[in-house]
Amino acid sequence: MSVITNIGDEKKKNLTTAKFQSERKVIQSSIVPIEAENIDTDQIIPARFLKATTREGFGKNLFRDWRYENDDENKPIQGFALNNKIYSGKILIAGKNFGCGSSREHAAWAIKDYGFDAVVSSFFADIFKNNALNNFLLPVQVSDEFLQKIFKVIKEDASTQIEINLEEQFIKLLSTGEQENFEINPYKKTCLLNGYDDIDYLLSIKDEIKEFETQSI
Amino acid sequence: MGKTLFEKIWKKHVVKEIEGGPSVLYIDRHFIHEVTSPQAFTGLNKRGIKVSRPKQTIATADHNVPTLDQHLPIKEELSRLQVEALKKNCEEHGIELYGLGHPYQGIVHVIGPELGITQPGMTIVCGDSHTSTHGAFGSIAFGIGTSEVEMVMATQCLLQSKPKLMRINVDGELNNGVVSKDIVLYILATISASGATGHAVEFAGSAIRSLSMEARMTICNMSIEMGARCGMIAPDETTFSYIKGREFAPAGTEWEKKLAEWKELYTDNDAQFDKEIFIKAEDIEPMITYGTNPGMGIGITKTIPTSSTINENDRSGLAKSLAYMGLQEGTPIRGQKIDYVFIGSCTNSRIEDLRMVASFVKGKKKAEGVEVWIVPGSKQVEAQAIKEGIDKVFEESGFMLRQPGCSACLGMNEDKIPAGKYCISTSNRNFEGRQGPNARTFLASPLTAAVAAITGQVSDVREFLN
Repeated sequence: MSVITNIGDEKKKNLTTAKFQSERKVIQSSIVPIEAENIDTDQIIPARFLKATTREGFGKNLFRDWRYENDDENKPIQGFALNNKIYSGKILIAGKNFGCGSSREHAAWAIKDYGFDAVVSSFFADIFKNNALNNFLLPVQVSDEFLQKIFKVIKEDASTQIEINLEEQFIKLLSTGEQENFEINPYKKTCLLNGYDDIDYLLSIKDEIKEFETQSI
Repeated sequence: MGKTLFEKIWKKHVVKEIEGGPSVLYIDRHFIHEVTSPQAFTGLNKRGIKVSRPKQTIATADHNVPTLDQHLPIKEELSRLQVEALKKNCEEHGIELYGLGHPYQGIVHVIGPELGITQPGMTIVCGDSHTSTHGAFGSIAFGIGTSEVEMVMATQCLLQSKPKLMRINVDGELNNGVVSKDIVLYILATISASGATGHAVEFAGSAIRSLSMEARMTICNMSIEMGARCGMIAPDETTFSYIKGREFAPAGTEWEKKLAEWKELYTDNDAQFDKEIFIKAEDIEPMITYGTNPGMGIGITKTIPTSSTINENDRSGLAKSLAYMGLQEGTPIRGQKIDYVFIGSCTNSRIEDLRMVASFVKGKKKAEGVEVWIVPGSKQVEAQAIKEGIDKVFEESGFMLRQPGCSACLGMNEDKIPAGKYCISTSNRNFEGRQGPNARTFLASPLTAAVAAITGQVSDVREFLN
């Protein structure tokens, strides 16, 4: 694919080691479930926490207002999944239309910074999906039926494990062996597997962009 | 086969297509603001590169700025640092900044159109989801994340997959008391908050055609609330006469040339959409939301849905939403007490919105115990309101006219609705905590917000119109 040939070998090597570990081709982990639908980015990270000028440190405010009563860190809301010690892991699972609302990339940063490597839902809002992919946070879209199956299995066993295989594009419930394939844009898959980002690619075609500007704009 | 409006503009901006992947899309205009740009500038600095096309980049400070005493230093330290960072970054990269104190400062989606920067046929992006507003001019305009802001800064391009296409037709005549905000809330209630995900939406039909540019902007603004990638309306004489003569609009022979191009921007009769929706304007009454996503709206005379009457999309969230809102299913929304009124945001803070409110409330006083904030979308809107004496009308009604900014739409600055209080708001999102932790939001039109300010409760404006 052109994206690979356009980036120099040295750059490829640096990016691969810096941004993405090869073991992330397969994520195997227990799951944190949030069953709500239409989870908007204001819930993921409320606007009042967007005042930083760096990308780091948003994880501590992930789902801030669902986690704490009256914004008080000493009063965790017991029923909420992130406060429930029986749940842990690198995979977040949530109801449909995850990440709707504001375009704030801080939502993807917060989820990643908290320690998640993948989010599973039955569908994602467009801007969030792009933001997640640009931060090497894998959005895994499954059927509604499979999503409900995962929620059911977690209810029975909170420590149940899931395997997400990016290379082979499947998600598997390890306890039952049930699995489903998921879609991902081939270009984005290459980026994720190799640690390339869009800016590197776009910078590599600067001359073509310049020519386009001269001729078409 | 003919082409849609979207396809015509998209095709003209594709630099190249990546095999099995997205397209490289050229971006004509890039708006930036203080909240979603600092990390992008840091990224550029790390790479040792400058903004590639600073003249196609326009900056303003809007999201976290105070709306009182803007001539004083910003008290809140983190907000001040963000605004200072924007100023420094714009200076270093040669970008025009309409910051605090500048006569053009304002909400990014208000100033772009009013300065004539937003034009038909363009691709326009901003690190803000309500960039869809600019689609009202017949442009492809959409919100992006900060990594994408960095991409556009670095190369004036983005990698984008072509969305599916949807057309929403609204035909017929609007009822008295029904305005463009009601149209878009009605569409949202019909197709849900995820009804247009993955689609570029074109709004068409006689009811849309009859709207002014500012009213069209309100509709395209909220296309993101349906999940749409962008919303757009084909340009026509209303569009052209709005743009003509504005600060950055083409002039002279350039105007004639552009006008000829713009007149080609329409969907051909035989063009195909992946999905098409038809709505009768006569079916729409003044709308209001009762829940915690913008798709949870009803006509003002209706009762709050029950778990058996609500559409399937919002069924599972109904109990949680109503618990948050402190409302009961199956009860009328009319008569619900309100504490705050917020008239502002990139959805409804333009001069026509302020005029609409002023002409309704003139000679009337706000209800006891209700606080009313009017936040104009820009310094130019504010100046025009003062010129027309609208500020005096508001003062006599007991409304507070504040200074331009995003304000209580998202509560990033001090303008927050206190926990548990009800606010009727002309903004775009009623999400939990959007206007402040535990604040409760009813989304409505400026007219419906205005009548609530006078009665102190959710009311049907039609009962007060002649």
